[in-house]
Amino acid sequence: MWKNLERKSKISASERRKEVLTSLQNLGYRLYEQMEKGYFPQIEMPSRSIENIYYSPELRQYVLGERKVRRSARNIRHIRPFTQLVWAAYFAYELTSQRKTSTLRDVYYSAQAYGMSFKDQPESNSIITDLETVIGFSREDFNIFPEERSAVFGDLTIEYTVPGYEGKRLNLTSHPDGVMIGPALTSAEFVKTSADKVIAIEKGGLFTRFIEERVHEKFNAILVLTAGQAPRATRHFIHRLNKELDLPVYIFTDGDPWGMHIAMVIISGSANAAHLRELTTPDAKWSGVWATDIVNYKLPTDPLTEIDIKRLYELQRDPRYKDELWQREIKTFLKIRRKAEQEAFSRYGLTYIVDEYLPAKLEESS
Amino acid sequence: MAQTFEEISPADFFYRNRDIAGFTNPARAIFTAIRELVENSLDAAEQILIPPDVYVRLISEGETSRGNEIYRLRVEDNGSGIPSRYIPSAFGQVLFGSKYKLKQTRGTFGLGGTMAILYGQITTHKPAKVISSTGGSKIFKYTLMIDIQRNRPIILERKILLNREGWRGTIVEFSLEGDYMRAMPKILEYFKQTAVMNPYANITFVDPRGRLYMFRRATTEMPPPPKETKPHPYGVDVELLQRIIYITDCNNMVDFLKKHFHRVGENIARKFLKFANMDEGKNPKELSHEEIVHLARAMKRFPDFLPPDASCLSPLGKELLRTGILKELKPEFVAVCQRKPSTYAGHPFIVEVAIAYGGEIPRKGDFVLYRFANRIPLLYDEASDVSFKVIHSINWRRYGVSPDMPIAILVHICSTKVPYKTVGKEFIADRPEVKREILNGIREVARQLQRFLSKRAYVERQKRRLNIFAKYLPKIAEFSTKLAGKERPPDIKKLLRSVEKFGEEI
Repeated sequence: MWKNLERKSKISASERRKEVLTSLQNLGYRLYEQMEKGYFPQIEMPSRSIENIYYSPELRQYVLGERKVRRSARNIRHIRPFTQLVWAAYFAYELTSQRKTSTLRDVYYSAQAYGMSFKDQPESNSIITDLETVIGFSREDFNIFPEERSAVFGDLTIEYTVPGYEGKRLNLTSHPDGVMIGPALTSAEFVKTSADKVIAIEKGGLFTRFIEERVHEKFNAILVLTAGQAPRATRHFIHRLNKELDLPVYIFTDGDPWGMHIAMVIISGSANAAHLRELTTPDAKWSGVWATDIVNYKLPTDPLTEIDIKRLYELQRDPRYKDELWQREIKTFLKIRRKAEQEAFSRYGLTYIVDEYLPAKLEESS
Repeated sequence: MAQTFEEISPADFFYRNRDIAGFTNPARAIFTAIRELVENSLDAAEQILIPPDVYVRLISEGETSRGNEIYRLRVEDNGSGIPSRYIPSAFGQVLFGSKYKLKQTRGTFGLGGTMAILYGQITTHKPAKVISSTGGSKIFKYTLMIDIQRNRPIILERKILLNREGWRGTIVEFSLEGDYMRAMPKILEYFKQTAVMNPYANITFVDPRGRLYMFRRATTEMPPPPKETKPHPYGVDVELLQRIIYITDCNNMVDFLKKHFHRVGENIARKFLKFANMDEGKNPKELSHEEIVHLARAMKRFPDFLPPDASCLSPLGKELLRTGILKELKPEFVAVCQRKPSTYAGHPFIVEVAIAYGGEIPRKGDFVLYRFANRIPLLYDEASDVSFKVIHSINWRRYGVSPDMPIAILVHICSTKVPYKTVGKEFIADRPEVKREILNGIREVARQLQRFLSKRAYVERQKRRLNIFAKYLPKIAEFSTKLAGKERPPDIKKLLRSVEKFGEEI
């Protein structure tokens, strides 16, 4: 069941690049005009303060409210971050137009080449987040990528758009360790796939086991390794798999509050990214390991720690967790006071998780 | 008691009590000897309204058996010179001279250099040399010793030289035991502070290591010389009365009072004697000790004495004080203040205060305090001094000042009788009247310093502000231009100019 996506996705990746470039140019143009007219340049953007972050039930993610902040170059306290922001916009423009990539760390050092300085990494990170807020694109869109890397494996053919590889295609089953979700893959176009679902996995060990056990074939799935909390590039990648390829997404994590939250951030995003869209996959499902699985499958467990319990109470009040499933699982965790890792299934043999548990859970969650 | 006292000569008395005069130990002695002679020299020049040139040389002459050094001290000045016939007494007799207690002078004990010479003679048994000329055709050169028991000079040699060059001044040279190495910090500090207080003087010092210290005058302006004045009756004590009686040539009480006391005329003298129940015709030399005590008490109680005037005082004046501080401390800022004349216990006094910031003033975690009494630097027992206490009672934060700033505070008290707390004469007692004047003076200059500091802070803030705009605006312009794909950057000169005018709005 091959899907031919060529036309649809081609537009999406290069169009997006153009949109990013245009909005960066427009920012420069606005500032230029202000100065040319004899005004101190100023920038208005949605406030990212905690009071302006709301959970949107329609979008099923956190969003920023109406409140705006204005940065003015006339204000002595604003002018430095203002300048850093304008520099960052120019740097992002150069990266994107020349199709080069960079990392947050790299941005921090690159500034010095332009006679700009950041006092530390958090300062430069925060300026990049400002830039995301101002132009409404995430930093991966202007080619600034995180250091963390996750991976993907499965029958999906992509076509690179990065310089030197334009038009080159790759099937994501080519490498048995999976293919790293780096800048090149993030900007690649999806060409075709035979998969009908995506399975996201928290841990590398299980990801490798799934590949060995040919889960991608048995379940017709694209496997994504989140490597703990999924980086934004990975979340965006999952979002694209879901939106562009219409693939349902199932997430497997450890059976504890931290694993739950890894799934939740893929589904509904984080408050930190309230200014961004297209990082969430609201229809994705958390398929395990649930607290009820611990009971039903009699998994080997560890007791919940104080911190685990505190975290569970926090999650219980979190608007993203209001659905019945989440509340039920949180209650169960609190009741049994135990947690289990994905590897716990190995007590039933190496293939049990693939042969028994996975089909049952996929059935259950879809 | 009085009888016993009379049997000891003043020279003998000071010999036995040399701690009082500041010759406590070899280090202190050399400091005091230099100070006494330098102050004499400065006085001698000021008397004839000539900016002083003082040259001081100290040479080592070897060690004593006790391990201290013997030094040869030579002090030269361009002062009035001393008439030939007075030279032996001026340097060979303790308590000689008209300058004793008639006006504000520097010499703290009225002893001039005699005590120093006496100390030199005691410790080295060597005679002193005095060379002096009043600018006439002759120069007189004496070699002297002091007969301690009889308080008389012994002239060993007297030479008369022709004064071809018209030289005027005095040279004193004698040997004394001392400890220069230990005294050095105080001696150098003394010269520096003397240079502050006498900005019109050239002072040169060559120390035993052959180092030359020069303090050049910054002006030839000099303060008006003090008018000679007599003690005010309110401030007279038994000892002073005794001394005046010792030197007086009056043979009745009315003349005695009129001649020796400030603002006492015929009328008041008679009224007072009536009040004191004392015979107008009595010869003061015949007063018994009990009568002298009675007289002193009556003087304090008599209500009709006129208040003293301050014309006898010789403050340095604001301009000279400023000049002296600028010359020696090279501060960024200085404020000076001269208080109006005031009195304590019948003694007129004037307080002068200055505050200086920055420049060569060290940061030592506390204010640098310079204390002067009748223009003499006070270098010992700082923490006991009233000025020290006043400074540390002030809430400096009110003035935006903290002790770790480089700040020097100078307090000068001039009075016909400086209220020293002890016989050592190194610190001022906390007399409420004096304390109040010092406090108000310091407050006044502190307010000026506060204005300076806040204005400077404002200017610096503005400068920093402007620098920040000048640093960042061109960059904003540059990157915006590149982003917008424009050829030339926008004109931001107008924006930069406007920053200078704007406060911190928005």
